[in-house]
Amino acid sequence: MTAYTATVTVRLKHGVLDPEAETTKRALERLDFELEALRSADRFEVDLEADSADDARERADEMAERLLANPTIHDYDVEVAER
Amino acid sequence: MTVAIIRFGGSNCDRDAERALEHLDIDAEIVWHEDGLPEDTTGIVLPGGFSYGDYLRGGAMAARSPIMAEVREAAADGVPVLGVCNGAQVGCESDLTEGAFTTNESARFQCEHVYLRVERDDTPWTAAYDEGEVIEVPIAHGEGRYEIDDDRLAELEDEDRVLFRYCDENGETGPEANPNGSKHDIAGILGDRDTVAVLMPHPERVTLPDVGSTDGQGVLRGFESA
Repeated sequence: MTAYTATVTVRLKHGVLDPEAETTKRALERLDFELEALRSADRFEVDLEADSADDARERADEMAERLLANPTIHDYDVEVAER
Repeated sequence: MTVAIIRFGGSNCDRDAERALEHLDIDAEIVWHEDGLPEDTTGIVLPGGFSYGDYLRGGAMAARSPIMAEVREAAADGVPVLGVCNGAQVGCESDLTEGAFTTNESARFQCEHVYLRVERDDTPWTAAYDEGEVIEVPIAHGEGRYEIDDDRLAELEDEDRVLFRYCDENGETGPEANPNGSKHDIAGILGDRDTVAVLMPHPERVTLPDVGSTDGQGVLRGFESA
């Protein structure tokens, strides 16, 4: 078994309104920053032991499918690294 | 017959629902989610509140609680299920109903009275009203914006599964009357069966005459036919 960190990033699907990001963008603009757009995402770092990186990825994928992301509004991706 | 009002950690409209149902002479009891559904359950309320602190997404954790598998089974058997506010989020997160209730367009928690237009009067939840009737019901949510992809939204509307839309006092819909940016002004929808419904507004808060309005009674009377 090897120790991995699987990083799951959950984002709103393209086209789904992100009011929190809009509010954050306006706050940045009030601070005189110039920006075109801002998107927010949730990042989950999952430490786990697995036989292989593929195995770790598969388990993290299932976590995203079953709980971390809501397929109605979210896309997600998983990155795996040894730790 | 007993309507089971499922209490999750953080539910806070469970007692309101119990009192409202009692007022209508509908037998109801609060059931702790870990205890499972009682055998004599003839109806189910997923109450409002902030189950699991709204961590991750409103309703996400409660939707994965083991009792929800029992709720889905009961719903498939025709047991009436009503999800209110956080319970509506739980309903969508657990696939009892389609779509998702997510962050309000304003990005704020909104607590106010709204008008709803009854879109169908041939369901248990709306038999007490007429189609097109306008009722006044309070909302109290930060994540109530109904979101669904356009294809599925078209299906939902084709199948006539929109139960309530936000509107003004004359029944007109539009951005001014839509408190949270919900797609097509949707406030409440039906599941696969007409006996399953979720809505963000709180009918149980306008059921007891003491609070000034009884516009919500008709929704809870959906359990009378059970």
